[in-house]
Amino acid sequence: MAECNETLRELYQFLDGELTDADRHHIQQHLDDCSPCLAAFDFEAELRLVVRNRCVDTVPDALRDRIARAIEEAG
Amino acid sequence: MGASFGLSLQEVGDRQEIGRRKARRIPGEQAAWNAYLRAFQSFRQFTPGTNLRAWLYRILTNTYINSYRKKQRQPQLSDGEGVEDWQLHRAAGHDAVGLRSAEMEALDQLPDSAVTEALNELPDTFRLAVYLADVEGFSYKEIAEILEIPIGTVMSRLHRGRKALQARLFDYAVSHGLADRPSEPVPAVPATER
Repeated sequence: MAECNETLRELYQFLDGELTDADRHHIQQHLDDCSPCLAAFDFEAELRLVVRNRCVDTVPDALRDRIARAIEEAG
Repeated sequence: MGASFGLSLQEVGDRQEIGRRKARRIPGEQAAWNAYLRAFQSFRQFTPGTNLRAWLYRILTNTYINSYRKKQRQPQLSDGEGVEDWQLHRAAGHDAVGLRSAEMEALDQLPDSAVTEALNELPDTFRLAVYLADVEGFSYKEIAEILEIPIGTVMSRLHRGRKALQARLFDYAVSHGLADRPSEPVPAVPATER
């Protein structure tokens, strides 16, 4: 089973979905048994959600229209 | 070609990833327009079936960097020395209790502006990596293609950028009473050895 240090080192790659299935499973097993590590992962995951939700933005209608018109004119 | 380009843009999806304004210095409207224009002009160079979204983002990022970055003096990102790190404090503070810790509650209470400003204050190299990964959900490989840097560099920029972002948010949370600043850090050298 993975140790805490190893687990925390892989934290970002785990949350980013960049680990192999085997490595992921290895980390997951540790998280199932280690609540401090799990809490650290939860915190980072929550932070990720907060950043994503707060910083996501939609294209202004004016820009969207401008592009649509340009595409139409270009045929 | 225009129709094909328009169709492909539709495929990019309704979120229309180019032109996000809220993360203000991730390019404004004019940069997005310039990027679209350049994408349109060079669309014949795009290989159908490859990653359109990443291709568009590379053009967007280059457009942004060329038009804006040269004008700015980039501040250095500190290596975290003397900077408060939320995760370190919460990990050192106490054992996990319950399903939602006080820190998670504090995160949720951060206003939009605090988060967007903290992201915008990061130096470009780190901000772009964090933005592409955490807001746009690109993979390491895609970010490496977009920013034209090795995957190892993507990972280190993400690591440092996220830590710096977290430190800024922690400072904000503490100064606005959303989180407690823990007592004095434990000295690295035991008192008896000083």
